[in-house]
Amino acid sequence: MLPEIVAQNTSASQSVPWWKFFYDFSLLTQPVDVWLKGSVSPFWSTVIEMAIVGVLFLLFYAVVGLFLVYAERKVCAFIQNRLGPNRIGPFGIFQTVADLIKLLFKELIPIKNADSFLFNLAPFIVIIVNFMVLAAIPFSKGLHAIDFNIGIFYVIAVSSMSVVGVLLAGWSSNSKYSLIGAMRSGAQIVSYELSIGLAIITIVILAGSMQLSEIIEAQRTGWFIFKGHIPALIAFVIYIISSTAETNRGPFDMAEAESELTAGYHTEYSGIRFAFFYLAEYINMFIVASIAATLFLGGWMPFHVGSWDGFNRIMDFIPPFIWYIGKTFFIIWIIMLFKWTFPRLRIDQLLTLEWKYLLPINLLNVLIMAFIVLMGWHF
Amino acid sequence: MRSIIEYLREIVLGIWSLLKGMKVTSTYFFSPGKIVTQKYPENRKSLVMLERFKGEVVMPHNEKNEHKCTGCGICEINCPNGTIEIISKVIITEDGKKKKAIDKHIYRLGMCTFCALCVKTCPSNALAFSQKFEHAVFNRALLNKILNKPGSQLMKGVE
Amino acid sequence: MDIQVKELIADEKQEYIINMGPQHPSTHGVLRLVVSLQGEIVKNIEPHIGYIHRGIEKMCESITYPQIIHLTDRMDYLSAHINNEAVCLTVEKALEVDITDRIKVIRTIMSELTRIQSHQLFWASYGMDLGGQTCFFYGLRDREKILDIFEETCGGRMLVSYNCPGGLMYDIHPNFQQRVKDFIKYFRKALPEYDTILTGNVIFRERSIGIGPLTLKDAVSYGVTGPSGRASGFSCDVRKHEPYSAYDRVNFNEVIYNEGDTYHRYLARIEEMRESMNIIEQLIDNIPEGSYAIKMKPIIKLPEGEYFQRVETARGELDVFIISDGNKNPFRLKFRSPNFVNLGVLNHISKGFKIADLVAIAGSLDFVIPDIDR
Repeated sequence: MLPEIVAQNTSASQSVPWWKFFYDFSLLTQPVDVWLKGSVSPFWSTVIEMAIVGVLFLLFYAVVGLFLVYAERKVCAFIQNRLGPNRIGPFGIFQTVADLIKLLFKELIPIKNADSFLFNLAPFIVIIVNFMVLAAIPFSKGLHAIDFNIGIFYVIAVSSMSVVGVLLAGWSSNSKYSLIGAMRSGAQIVSYELSIGLAIITIVILAGSMQLSEIIEAQRTGWFIFKGHIPALIAFVIYIISSTAETNRGPFDMAEAESELTAGYHTEYSGIRFAFFYLAEYINMFIVASIAATLFLGGWMPFHVGSWDGFNRIMDFIPPFIWYIGKTFFIIWIIMLFKWTFPRLRIDQLLTLEWKYLLPINLLNVLIMAFIVLMGWHF
Repeated sequence: MRSIIEYLREIVLGIWSLLKGMKVTSTYFFSPGKIVTQKYPENRKSLVMLERFKGEVVMPHNEKNEHKCTGCGICEINCPNGTIEIISKVIITEDGKKKKAIDKHIYRLGMCTFCALCVKTCPSNALAFSQKFEHAVFNRALLNKILNKPGSQLMKGVE
Repeated sequence: MDIQVKELIADEKQEYIINMGPQHPSTHGVLRLVVSLQGEIVKNIEPHIGYIHRGIEKMCESITYPQIIHLTDRMDYLSAHINNEAVCLTVEKALEVDITDRIKVIRTIMSELTRIQSHQLFWASYGMDLGGQTCFFYGLRDREKILDIFEETCGGRMLVSYNCPGGLMYDIHPNFQQRVKDFIKYFRKALPEYDTILTGNVIFRERSIGIGPLTLKDAVSYGVTGPSGRASGFSCDVRKHEPYSAYDRVNFNEVIYNEGDTYHRYLARIEEMRESMNIIEQLIDNIPEGSYAIKMKPIIKLPEGEYFQRVETARGELDVFIISDGNKNPFRLKFRSPNFVNLGVLNHISKGFKIADLVAIAGSLDFVIPDIDR
């Protein structure tokens, strides 16, 4: 079937030069969709499309996960005056692939007195949640699996489900370290959801829509972080802080605090189950970074300045996908810098930060933003 | 009112201290020239150990396969944990006298703590430290070394 | 008590027991802490020691005095040189040997370098205990420079074995003075960086100020010495009160704080690095001429009697007590190691704090486990 798709593609897109795909992926996906609907029944066409998207996401998940693990190790190495992985492949880029192969071959150690059903289920919940969130992320123009009209709401709702996996992992592994880690993680994610939600609401007020594609479209004339001036900037800072907390990364890595709890909720996991948790952490980071990029830095929208047409055209020349990746990785770099610079907070300080600092500021910020939008003071 | 100012001051100062820390780490991130680690097996050729480095105990031999060890056994006595064992033999010198000489100078690298007492106390300076540091072998028995080379003799003029 | 029995007792009190160690990232070795927790709050700590017990005191009874040096290296391996110096000073005191000024000055410089590298490792590992891994690498990066100086002069990097009864094993390397000066120049610039990353960091201050307070009274009665004791206002610096080697000819301040919390225990060590650099700077340019070792008899026999010497290691006061019956090896040799005594206070000061604070408190007391077990 695949060659036929390709053949159909080329015939359908003869009028469009290939490099146009980089600027609008719907030019590639639309003809496929039309051809599938024409050749098989609507039910089967939906199934085939979902299968293709699923396989693509699986590939994307593995590639991005492995690359982020590699990137994290390189970034922390450079911060710490080290070389980092440099043995396998040029600059060690296949190091994480080798690690993954090693983890695949590792024994899955059964834990005595563990609730084996929940123990096995927990990593899959984390992974499934990741996939569900990835579905709603706009990667580029037209490269967007589902464009909900409540897209950002869906993202918040689904991403908070990953705490279930963490709690199950901690509960079922019959280890006190795991349990403490899971409970910390529960408290942490439940409270930081609030900040993330309010920071996002600030932007939703500015954009006037919850649909991610519309939010991006609204940033054609300028990214929200510039458009909404001070309240948007505060919302951005709060979003970055609370999303770092939500992904259980340092300085908020209370759930796995390795100097206190050895490895927190995944202490007892081994082999590929551990790898699932590990990959999920990095994909989570990718997700929060891409949401930040979408909401504050314009997603795949190039950098435009009001009336500088020439400048805007040069910026348009860079494909949207590159813009998206660039912004996402910039935010990922910031989050990594957090982790490798700061010491860890204590669990009560973490909650103090949320309830005494972030939440009041955030509520005030939403109010200011609503006022600004009402008066039309934004750019 | 004062408490609100204090609250805001706390936030600003806190964020400022965090930003200062991030400045340090990001400066290091963008200056790869400050990397201190080395690619070890690749730079083995250019790697020079410091001259006093205590790698392992050796017995220097000259080009005529002669060493300075008289087999007196002071190093064996001084060794704290029995790393060194001296097996001596009796030889008959040219003028017909019986004389004690070294047969085997056994050195167990696996036990050595590099305290340098043997090298320091040797009356005839027969022992020295080499700068070799790659001691890993697959068989523990290979760490038991005989320091005097086969067929070697006592250097002339060393008593 | 058996761990099962303990768990039953803890269950009744609505507590549960966690075994921190012997393999745990933040116990810095094979220390085992049986921690009773209520939620996250520490109720009781029971340290179990002896996992790395090698019987050093007993082993010393069967070897000669010069050979003891290589065992004291391995007690508190971060202040190896100071431990060696303690034994050598005791033996020299017993034999009434007058060592030259050159030996005294070199020993002092080396001791202070040892102290700096020990505190650097403290800074590194304390940062890592609190979750800032980068600190660990910055600390080790600077520590390497001192270890290189050691390697050049002594041949060893950590277990230097540089002292021997009656002096030093070798003379200093010709590059020694220049390298030490370069290091101090470098480290004076690097120390403010430590402050930026950790000392001034708001998270670090929140984590450490007011945590694990140790009062002066408790410090004295538990015998907590070293920077940990001085942070509680216990003036216990042997270098100041009973100067040995060349400490009587240098000016330095005894770093004393009165708060006694983890933050000030940390701060005391940072300040001590500055003081140590001052001491080295006073001595490095005028190392007197003279021989680097007094000629001793081939077999050292201490006259019958009891001999005692105190020194200040990087972690506190190390006392060496030798009973000699006139033989070439000691009849009894006792080390009062600072870490063992400091460990005693851990339960007292960390009750009622969270488990994350326990890590910070244990880190701020700066244990070296082989020194506890010996």
